[in-house]
Amino acid sequence: MTAVGARARSERPDSVSELVIDLVTLEDIPAIVAIDAEITGSKKADFWYGCYARQNSNHKSKFVVAKMDGAVAGYLIGAIQAWEFGSPPCGWIEVIAVSPAHRKRHVATRLFEEIAEYFKSNEIHTIRTMLHIDDRQLMSFFRMQGLTAGPYIELEMQMD
Amino acid sequence: MLAVLHMAARPNEQIPASDLAKIYGVSQHHLAKVLRTLSMAGIVESTRGAGGGCSFIGDPRKITLFDIISLFETGWPASRSNHSGQRTDVSEEFYRVIAEVDRHTAATLHSVTLQTIINNASRTARRRAERTLDAG
Repeated sequence: MTAVGARARSERPDSVSELVIDLVTLEDIPAIVAIDAEITGSKKADFWYGCYARQNSNHKSKFVVAKMDGAVAGYLIGAIQAWEFGSPPCGWIEVIAVSPAHRKRHVATRLFEEIAEYFKSNEIHTIRTMLHIDDRQLMSFFRMQGLTAGPYIELEMQMD
Repeated sequence: MLAVLHMAARPNEQIPASDLAKIYGVSQHHLAKVLRTLSMAGIVESTRGAGGGCSFIGDPRKITLFDIISLFETGWPASRSNHSGQRTDVSEEFYRVIAEVDRHTAATLHSVTLQTIINNASRTARRRAERTLDAG
């Protein structure tokens, strides 16, 4: 499989062969902003342009998009982090989303496989993510990929 | 749960209830009650007579561990907000912690489908076989 870092296209000779995974470009950001707004109900253009800017300056971070017929179908941000919370180097999936119009076509699975390959090619053998406890759909997706509860737990406090 | 997974992993097989009872070390009487509940929920089907047995008829990609457990543990996880007895700050905090545990448990069980268990078990077995081959 092609590593994302090589900025080469990756295609599959099967039912999802029309799906192309590539590094994000500036032209993709408006579509990403729109997809995110459709999913979450809030428009965060500054955030997404910031993500785009960061991936150009951080060589350990990958912001990739999945395209079908030229349209953005989904996107993923992954990053290699070392020693955060005392953890040895691991690959974080910080963002993954698929446009509602492109679901049930293995888009998220292809994005996941692509970043997993990138992590592996960088000698990273642990994938980690964090998601809302009530996001059953996303948690089911990660479970299906083989992720399980890890040795860290998130704690927080309201500062009222 | 293990009997359901056993059947879900063999979707086209008729499995005698006596075999399931033997494999999982439960009485046939107890298993019959379990199978009746699963049958009423449209998850398994029982066929009588020679060559008969139980078979899985649900969709393992859609049925979660929570779905199965809630068939047998009705009302779980129980709401602790209206617990009886005197309410104190300490008891409120204690039940808040218990609710935290229940929330995590429920979220985990909701997120794991029968197919996920089956697929991940296959993946683990495949990796184990690969490691054995590599070691050899």
